[in-house]
Amino acid sequence: MTRIVTIETRDLTKSVKEGGCGECQTSCQSACKTSCGVANQACEKLSK
Amino acid sequence: MIHCYKFDGLNIVLDCYSGSIHMCDPVSFDMISWYETEDADKVIARAMEVHGISREDAEECLNDIDGLVSAGKLYAEDKFENIAHDFRKKKFTIKALCLHVAHTCNLNCSYCFASQGKYHGERAVMSYEVGVKAIDFLIANSGYHKNLDIDFFGGEPLMNWDVVKKLVSYGRSQEAIHGKNIRFTLTTNGVLLDDEVTEFCNREMHNVVLSLDGRPEVNDRFRVDLAGHGSYERIVPNFKRFVEARGDRSYYMRGTFTHFNTDFVNDIRHMLDLGFNELSMEPVVTDPSSPSALTQEDLPVIFDQYEQLARLMIERYNEGRPFTFYHYMLDLTCGPCIYKRVAGCGSGTEYLAVTPWGDLYPCHQFVGDSKYLMGNLDTGVTNYAMRKKFASCNAYSRPECRDCWAKLYCSGGCAANSYHATSDINGVYEYGCELFKKRIECAIAVKLKTSGLSGKLDRP
Repeated sequence: MTRIVTIETRDLTKSVKEGGCGECQTSCQSACKTSCGVANQACEKLSK
Repeated sequence: MIHCYKFDGLNIVLDCYSGSIHMCDPVSFDMISWYETEDADKVIARAMEVHGISREDAEECLNDIDGLVSAGKLYAEDKFENIAHDFRKKKFTIKALCLHVAHTCNLNCSYCFASQGKYHGERAVMSYEVGVKAIDFLIANSGYHKNLDIDFFGGEPLMNWDVVKKLVSYGRSQEAIHGKNIRFTLTTNGVLLDDEVTEFCNREMHNVVLSLDGRPEVNDRFRVDLAGHGSYERIVPNFKRFVEARGDRSYYMRGTFTHFNTDFVNDIRHMLDLGFNELSMEPVVTDPSSPSALTQEDLPVIFDQYEQLARLMIERYNEGRPFTFYHYMLDLTCGPCIYKRVAGCGSGTEYLAVTPWGDLYPCHQFVGDSKYLMGNLDTGVTNYAMRKKFASCNAYSRPECRDCWAKLYCSGGCAANSYHATSDINGVYEYGCELFKKRIECAIAVKLKTSGLSGKLDRP
């Protein structure tokens, strides 16, 4: 019986090794300007 | 650390440190939450009692939970705090500038955090020479970064349009020389958004933010010209022409909601009716004593509005008429890496604001506050203590965030919001936290409801 469905998400532990290039857009820069988080940012490497 | 919540029939479990999201039936939802504090026998017995399931069923579910824990997808340990400590040691590079090309505005919005574009100072526009110096400064300090961001901001940047165009041209001329890719963006109130501006922006601007608060009476409550006349009738036709010509390039129709329009989903509906479908609606940033400031009594209303907005997005998605809401955009598989999640927006370190005179501030929201002056384009950053303070301001810098499930979504929150609420960039703007957490809950619910995965549960 399927009681739990795990959604595919980016593995944060794995991103310790593969992340950190800093090429992503600066989060506050072009939409919000007043209350930004980073959750809605896309990874420049992976989303290409 | 986990966070369990429900949304319109969905039982959702978020695992903070792995970033995993689990959609559960009522049995597993409860068993996961009991798992943390009760031993296996008790969890099984309680599941049998509360849900009337057999021991075999309960044991099978517990096995699944054990499997997720072993796989590091549930109750994952926090292994990231050291990343936060390392930020203070790293070499500083700059990858984004907010160019305040016009400290003046052709509107007179009383709620404006930039005090009608003047930032509590004199009216001024940036000269081409200062702008060139800023671009040179950015490139020279960008280190290994290939992608650089430059936002034309104000005040109203179109009041210094010729300089904007010339600076874009200068920036483009430098890209190939230095091996950089500059993404220009612009924020405008739309008053001067004519065909020439539209054509140029649609060719050169990576993103354009268009300011409209929604319904005519809402927009014109604050967004008035210097004579006090509402701007709606003037700007909406300009925005319509602009968006029509924009094609598939990104833009945001950005509104601000205040105490006077806590029913802001009606403003979002209005924007949709006008044909705009890339939307952002921000809570006002203002002095708590202002009549437009959001109150504690507004909070449940706003929560309800965020839920209504989520339902509207799901409804429109199912009807084949989807729209984007900036704060509900989540790329679950290609979202930010852990470094970005810990570091946040980069204000004061990799992101700086430049005044018309070439002074440097940690971000646009600190401009005009002399305590936060970081240097200027001639000297570069000279306030090293301030830079270090901003480098240390992240998802792990506030004790209050220690047990918060949302910290790797918000990175500890906006430093400017914290400063304005608590006089300390490492303070906590609790009201903002409440709004942020609600938005993330809703954003994930929208993702799940539109993923088609909820049907995979045997007992949703």
